Amino acid sequence: MNRALAIIERDLRKFFRSPTLLIVTLVLPLVQLVILGNAFGGNIRNVRLGVVNLDHGPEVLPLLRKLNAVAANARTFVPIAYADQGQALAALRTGRLGAVLIIPPHYSRDLLLKLNPQVGLVVDNTDRFVAGSIEGVFNSIAGKMNQPFQRAGTVNLAAPYMQISTVEVYPYIPYIQYLLPGSVALAIFVTAMIGGGIVYIDDKSRGLHEGYLVTPITKFELVTGFIVAGVVKAVISGTTVLLVGGMIAGIQDLFNPTRLALLLLVTLASGLALISFMFLLMARVSDPLVPRAIFGVLNTLLFFPSGAVYPISAFPPWMRAISTVDPFTYAVHGFRMLLLKEVALAPIVRDLALLGVTTAVMLAVASWAFKRSL
Amino acid sequence: MTNLQPTTPRAGPTGIVVRHIVKKFGELAAVDDVSFEVRAGEIFGLLGPNGAGKSTLIRILTTLIEPSAGGATVAGHDIVRAADAVRKSIGVIPQNMTSDPDLTCEENLTIHARLYGISGSRRREIARELLESVQLGKWAKAYARTLSGGMRRRLEIARGLVHQPRILFLDEPTTGLDPVSRISVWEMISHLRERQGLTLFLTTHYMDEADRLCDRLAIVDRGKIVVLDTPAALKASVPGASVIETRLAPDLPEGASELEALPGVRRVQVQGEALYRIFCDDGPIAAQSLMERVQARQARVQTLSIQSTSLDDVFVHFTGRGMSEAESGPPRGGRVGRTAPF
Repeated sequence: MNRALAIIERDLRKFFRSPTLLIVTLVLPLVQLVILGNAFGGNIRNVRLGVVNLDHGPEVLPLLRKLNAVAANARTFVPIAYADQGQALAALRTGRLGAVLIIPPHYSRDLLLKLNPQVGLVVDNTDRFVAGSIEGVFNSIAGKMNQPFQRAGTVNLAAPYMQISTVEVYPYIPYIQYLLPGSVALAIFVTAMIGGGIVYIDDKSRGLHEGYLVTPITKFELVTGFIVAGVVKAVISGTTVLLVGGMIAGIQDLFNPTRLALLLLVTLASGLALISFMFLLMARVSDPLVPRAIFGVLNTLLFFPSGAVYPISAFPPWMRAISTVDPFTYAVHGFRMLLLKEVALAPIVRDLALLGVTTAVMLAVASWAFKRSL
Repeated sequence: MTNLQPTTPRAGPTGIVVRHIVKKFGELAAVDDVSFEVRAGEIFGLLGPNGAGKSTLIRILTTLIEPSAGGATVAGHDIVRAADAVRKSIGVIPQNMTSDPDLTCEENLTIHARLYGISGSRRREIARELLESVQLGKWAKAYARTLSGGMRRRLEIARGLVHQPRILFLDEPTTGLDPVSRISVWEMISHLRERQGLTLFLTTHYMDEADRLCDRLAIVDRGKIVVLDTPAALKASVPGASVIETRLAPDLPEGASELEALPGVRRVQVQGEALYRIFCDDGPIAAQSLMERVQARQARVQTLSIQSTSLDDVFVHFTGRGMSEAESGPPRGGRVGRTAPF
């Protein structure tokens, strides 16, 4: 037994001497607690709801008052008036709206004539959590509208009778398809983390970089070399997961050439952003323990707030702030648009632009921090 | 600098000129005002214990770090202002192996050649020639990690030569190698000097290595050059042609002074209790009279060895300490077999 003490002593001494290890063992579980604890099951808020009022009659007012009450209190959605139904639905398809409420012409008249007018609710069912929340809110609005109500005095009047009819804008989307964009982004991140983080620092600490530094290679050539190699690896792994995962998840018309071309564009932009991010983090690191230690923390901190597994609209404000600056968010959004919604450039331009800006800023800072010496 | 032998500066465009280089890490001066010149075509060595500042100096000369003060030209180019020109003219074999274990020997060379902008077909040609010349031709397709230490070091040497440098730097080329591998690396280095105009600059903490390879040699200790000359001249500068190491039991009553009185003895160093190092003109004669004196004193010689002066003695002579005292590194090389227990 005494000999076992030797091993115990050595391991404990090393553990308490490494601040990186100590911090990470404490930080990782806490980060997971806070992030995962807030990532799932929050109330959906601030979904952009297009409201197309084709009636303009007086009986619409009680319905609009109910909408405003929800917007002011539960804040599930923010109503935005649209004059044109086509415009609203186009906005829904390109992701600018989360749902569209269509109040038909003659709603007021039909209501008074007890002809059971139907209000249309078109939901973006690529996000089942958002769609479900909106449907829930409207079911309860319809229920309230249809309750017998009392006017001043004593007369009980029969309630006006209206119905909400929900339409899903896309065919049924199982959760695995919802999750796929996050998996592709994760594949790119892991490649960046292993290639640009762990292997890069291992080579550095083994002195392999010293072999580069005694040759006439310039700092620019070195940085370009590391980044391009990283991006090529990221694109290979991202594309593989995209295609294999797409087939497993059963994405319709996966091999549409336009879609593949646009997907490649998002993969490339995501790869560049994540590799540059990693290069920035590692510019001054030389301890091989560091990239391994921060791997788990970064993964939790970037993946879950990105909207990959649950909609961002359900997060508390501080976590939405992380989402805003997290390159993962735009990668996931871009992939989700192309895989589950419209195959078009316009809805992903913003994602591409933000990923591009991220790349430029991180690369500039990283190149400045990177030293072409030992 | 002390004891710098006057040399005729003939450092042409392929030599090295070092002027008052200082490198400080915080308060500690790892290299402390060092100046010397390396002539074109010679094998120049820096000999000293671990931590003497050899590696720091080689890193400064190979542009990996900048000096705190002073300067140097390598192959005629300033190491700070014209670092790129220096990098183009030198090959470097660092102390830590920098060939990639996960690449084949050939890949290691062709990729390194690419760093110097050598064209595609030429790269493979060079790689094949060089691997052949370091006797790794059969191993071209083997992963570097499968090579033995000596083979790996030869691969590193080949890698340092892909761009036909004019000066080759080798930082402790045989540290950690077994005796057979060391000899094969030494032969390789001796062959290299036959390449026309190739200047070699190496560091080592092995006395026998410096003695065997170097045309000229600077002994460094604590960041300074202690002495610089040819190995032969350095050995000649130590008084006495032979060294006797002996342990007596019991010690002589008057100790060292009694030994100094023996015929032909120049100097006696006390190495420990009854352990002496005797510098003398003729080893066997001095040993003979030592035995007689010891017997006359009713004492006994426990161990005795006679050697001709080595660079170890030079180091001891100029620094007042043995190499093994100056560091806590590996044992002194090549001396073990010559000490006969008595």
